[in-house]
Amino acid sequence: MKADLFEAPDYYLLDDLLSEEHKLVRDAARAWVKRDISPIIEEYAQKAEFPTQIIKGLAEIGAFGPYIPEEYGGAGLDQISYGLIMQEIERGDSGVRSTASVQSSLVMYPIFAYGTEEQRQKYLPKLASGEWMGCFGLTEPNHGSNPGGMETKFQDKGDHFLLNGAKLWISNSPFADVAVVWAKNEEGRIHGLIVERGMEGFTTPETHNKWSLRASATGELIFDNVKVPKENLLPGKNGLGAPLGCLDSARYGIAWGAIGAAMDCYDTALRYALEREQFGKPIAGFQLQQKKLAEMITEITKAQLLAFRLGQLKNEGRASTAQISMAKRNNVDMAIKIAREARQMLGGMGITGDYSIMRHMMNLESVITYEGTHDIHLLITGADITGIPAFK
Amino acid sequence: MHNKFRRIALSLWSFNQSFYPMKILVCISNVPDTTSKINFTDGDTQFDKNGVQYVINPNDEFGLTRAMWFKEKQGATVHVVSVGEADAEPTLRKALAIGADEAIRVNAHPSDGFFVARQLAEVVQKGEYSLVIAGRESIDYNGGMVPGMLAHLLGMNFVNTCISLEIDGNNATAEREIDGGKETLSTSLPLVIGGQKGLVEESDLRIPNMRGIMMARKKALHLVEPVEAPQRTQDQKFEKPAPKGAVKLVDANNLDQLIDLLHNEAKVI
Repeated sequence: MKADLFEAPDYYLLDDLLSEEHKLVRDAARAWVKRDISPIIEEYAQKAEFPTQIIKGLAEIGAFGPYIPEEYGGAGLDQISYGLIMQEIERGDSGVRSTASVQSSLVMYPIFAYGTEEQRQKYLPKLASGEWMGCFGLTEPNHGSNPGGMETKFQDKGDHFLLNGAKLWISNSPFADVAVVWAKNEEGRIHGLIVERGMEGFTTPETHNKWSLRASATGELIFDNVKVPKENLLPGKNGLGAPLGCLDSARYGIAWGAIGAAMDCYDTALRYALEREQFGKPIAGFQLQQKKLAEMITEITKAQLLAFRLGQLKNEGRASTAQISMAKRNNVDMAIKIAREARQMLGGMGITGDYSIMRHMMNLESVITYEGTHDIHLLITGADITGIPAFK
Repeated sequence: MHNKFRRIALSLWSFNQSFYPMKILVCISNVPDTTSKINFTDGDTQFDKNGVQYVINPNDEFGLTRAMWFKEKQGATVHVVSVGEADAEPTLRKALAIGADEAIRVNAHPSDGFFVARQLAEVVQKGEYSLVIAGRESIDYNGGMVPGMLAHLLGMNFVNTCISLEIDGNNATAEREIDGGKETLSTSLPLVIGGQKGLVEESDLRIPNMRGIMMARKKALHLVEPVEAPQRTQDQKFEKPAPKGAVKLVDANNLDQLIDLLHNEAKVI
C-alpha cells in the first residue's frame, strides 16, 4: 500500500468545538493508525488474518473501554473522546475498529454496567490492557434482526448454570478469552452470562471466506452443555433491554467510526483527482468529479455534526436509542456511498490494494448490516416518531 | 580571588551533580503542522491561523525524545517550556503526555528571536537547569537564532546542529552536523543544545499513550509572566515563494532554441 498521506477534512472547523484533551486523544490515535495500522493492514486484509500484534497498541491508545472509570483500568474519558478514537481507528480499517468496539461496548460496558463489583475487578483491568480479549454473543443463525426470539438457553442446576445453544457472526470469537453471552433462562427471560475460554463444551469455530472485514476475526460460539459458574451471571439487568443497551454504545461508536472510513476515501479521492491528468488537466478540474467531491465533503460535514451533537447528548445521558439509530444509519450509509463514488474516481486503480478505498467499501457492507441493519434502524426511527413499531 | 570563588562554585556544582539528577529543560516552539496551508492577512503582515493545526516543532520533538531517554536511563528530570500565548498550551500538554514532568508557559507572544531567548534565559536561571535542549530552528519562521542567543545570555557551553548527545556526570559528548560530515565534541554541563534529527530518529518519536494523557491531566503547567525585553526585529511583510513555472522541454538536438530561451526568456546567460 502507498504511504499514508491522510489529512483529515474539517470543513466547518469542528475542531473548535473539541476540548484540548479531545484533540490530544484524537491526534494520538491518528498518529498510531498512521504508524502501526496503515503500513500493514492491506496485507492482513488480503490474507484474511487479524493482526494480533496491534492489540497492545490498541490498549495503549485507549481503544479498550476509554469511558470506563480509571479504577477499572479504563481511561475515564467522555463519549466524544470514545467517538473520536473509533473514528480514527476506522479511518485505518473497519475490522480493527470492530475489534475495539466489541471489546469496549459489548464486553467491558455490560460487565461495568450490569456486573458485580467482583466481576468488574476480575475482568475489566485485563480487558482494558488487552491481556484478555472479549466477544459478544447475541445474534443466532435463526435470529438476527429479532434477537428476542433467541434459542440459546440455560438451566439452573443448583451450583451452576447449564448453557446450550449457538451464536453466529461473532467478531473476535476465534481468539476471545471471554464471551458475554445472552441466553434465556427457564422462564424465557434473557440474561447475560460471562463464558470463559476453556470451559468444557465451549467452542469458537472461525467463519471463513468473508469478502468484508477480512482483517477481523469472525466466528461462532457453540455451547454444548457448558457448565457456567453462577457468579458469572450479570445480575444488574435482564430482558432484551440489557443487550440492546450494549448495542446503543456500540452503534454510537460506529456512527463515529463510519466518518473515519468516509474521510479516508474522500481524502484519497481528492488527492488522486488533483494528481491524475486526463485530457491535459487534472481530473479534479472536471465538473463531474467536482460534484462527487463536493457532495462527499458536504455529507462528511453533516455526519460530523450529527456525531458531535449525539456525543454531547450521550455525555449528558440523554441520547435515546432512536437518536443513536439515526446516526448509525445515516453515517454508515454516507460512508458506503462515498466509498463507492471514490472508487469510481480512482478508475482501475481504485480496485487495487494500493489504495484503501475498495477495502473500506467491502468492510462497510458489513458495517451497514451489523449492529442493526440499515432497514431496521429506519424502522426504529419510524416507530419512534409514529409510536407504531412496524417490525412486530 | 574571583577565580578561587569560581573554582569553589564549580566544585559545588560537581558535588551537586553526583547526588541530584540532571535537570533538563526542553524548549518547545508551537508551530503549524507541516501540512498546513500557509496564508497571510492584514496586508501580508500576519500569519492566518484559521484552520491551522499546531504541533511541537519537529526539531524540538527530537530533543524532547532524547530528554525522555535521559529521564528513563539516567534518572533526569525533564521540564518543557514554551514562550507563547494560551493557544500554545495544548502543545505543552502533549509534551507532558509524552512524559515531561512539568511544563512552563511564558505568557507572551514570541515576537522575535531575542525576545524569546531573553525569556528562556530567565526560566533557565530560575530553574537551575544544567542541560537545555532547544531545536536548531523552528519550522515556522526558521530564525535559527534562539539557542545561540540563549547560550550567550547564560554563559553556557553551546553545541548547535547537534545530532548525537551523551552525558556522563558533568561531561557531554556531542556530534554536530557540519558541511559534508560531522564533528565530535567534548564539552561539559551546563550546556545548551541546538538539536535536530539525529538526536533520535523519526522512528523513535513517541505517540502519547492513554496512560500518559491521563497522567498529564495532573501534571503542573506553570504560567509565568514575561520579563522586560526589547523586540529587536519587526516583521514588515511576508511573501510566499513564487509558484513553480511550467517546465519547457527542449529537444537535445535543438541547442539553439535552448540558448535562445536561456538568453531571452530566462535571462540567465
